[in-house]
Amino acid sequence: MNEILVTEHLHKEYEGMTVLEDINLTVKKGEVVVIVGPSGCGKSTFLRCLNGLETIQDGRVLLDNEVINPGRKNLTKVREKIGMVFQSYELFPHKTILQNVTLAPIKVQKRDKAEAQKEALALLARIGLEGKKDSYPRQLSGGQKQRVAIVRALMMHPEILLFDEVTAALDPEMVREVLEVILALAKEGRTMVIVTHEMAFARAVADRIIFLDGGQIIEEAAPDAFFTHPQTGRAKKFLESFSYEKK
Amino acid sequence: MNTLLQQFGFDVLFKGTNMLRLLGGLGVALKISILSVSISIVLGILLGILMTLGNPLINAIARVYLEIVRFMPQMVLLFLVYFGATKAFGLNLSAQTASIAVFSFWGTAEMADLVRGSLNSISRLQYETAQALGLNRAQTYLYVLIPQMVRRLLPLSINLVTRMIKTTSLVMMIGIVEVLKVGQQIIEANRKASPNAAFGVFATVFFLYFIVCFPISMLSGYLEKRWENKG
Repeated sequence: MNEILVTEHLHKEYEGMTVLEDINLTVKKGEVVVIVGPSGCGKSTFLRCLNGLETIQDGRVLLDNEVINPGRKNLTKVREKIGMVFQSYELFPHKTILQNVTLAPIKVQKRDKAEAQKEALALLARIGLEGKKDSYPRQLSGGQKQRVAIVRALMMHPEILLFDEVTAALDPEMVREVLEVILALAKEGRTMVIVTHEMAFARAVADRIIFLDGGQIIEEAAPDAFFTHPQTGRAKKFLESFSYEKK
Repeated sequence: MNTLLQQFGFDVLFKGTNMLRLLGGLGVALKISILSVSISIVLGILLGILMTLGNPLINAIARVYLEIVRFMPQMVLLFLVYFGATKAFGLNLSAQTASIAVFSFWGTAEMADLVRGSLNSISRLQYETAQALGLNRAQTYLYVLIPQMVRRLLPLSINLVTRMIKTTSLVMMIGIVEVLKVGQQIIEANRKASPNAAFGVFATVFFLYFIVCFPISMLSGYLEKRWENKG
């Protein structure tokens, strides 16, 4: 299988503090990599380094063997190939749902408006929101907004999708509708890097789990192996924090 | 009826061309206002956007400029430019040009500050989302940030515009015959015949300013409501 995304010795500092240390990760085409770890372990920052939203102090990130570097001219070109979905959806409040999902394809990729809208409507229909095409984001629920944000990322035909704790801001009953969309994308063979706190979901969707703690990759394993037999003490402790036992 | 008009000094308005002269004075005040407000909006938006780009030199210059405007009374600036600069730099500015320059200098600074504030109040993640979608900086501003900025800016800038219109009454101090000055002239000319003219004339001037500023305020309220329903 060919490699889509590679990080080599990625090192990130913020105000003199090391946030990420020597991260080496290879994501192959069609692979779903899920990153888990305690809050503040650097997993969201890592995701943001992957499309150049954060600067890195050492090492490099490669997409299709091309270096991603903040401040470089080719950055917008590279970003077209990386779809990213944020925790807080970040739909554009002044645009309708249809305008939200077609803005970048029309303005950045210079695609035909009618063709982009046709594709958008088909994708919105898939998530059951074609009836909301003329609504504004504030008229949608959190779960609906997040599904639209996923469609917006898909509209760019990205080679890889990054999900940054996309259910963390949602009410519990809306989490499933979003996760099911992501699961469906995984089944289609999409390449994805997912940061999440939903452990059951991580186990179901992942081809590989990365456990990040203190800015370092502590463990890297197949999901079943990671959740049943974590190798390190830190991973064990982390997983235990999710289970409840009556004492 | 006539005695009532006389009592409150409204009778002078119907003498000769007095009312027309007042309206002519209002025209002068409006001309100065419209030109300065237009210049301030265009330059203020440009400067405000420049101030959010994070260039240290631009920010330092803008900061000094904003502070000067904040502490300088408009009338002092008006005198400085009209009486001072014309002599010191040999500039031969007409009173109207001088006042438009001063009002634009003031309005641009306040407008830029409002634009900067409105842009900064938009979540950083909106900018990052646009970037992640592959939009370049110009596209991000044009399609994502500026439309949101305009909605936040409107109520604040309407306040500035009405303040600028009101403050044009200062320009009579450098010899421009605008509505307030015309009012004074009418009162002076009728001192004998209508000793109570001051109330009627100034009340009329007050009313004229009101009918100019009120529709602007109404328009702002209407647009705010419309945008609220849309998004």
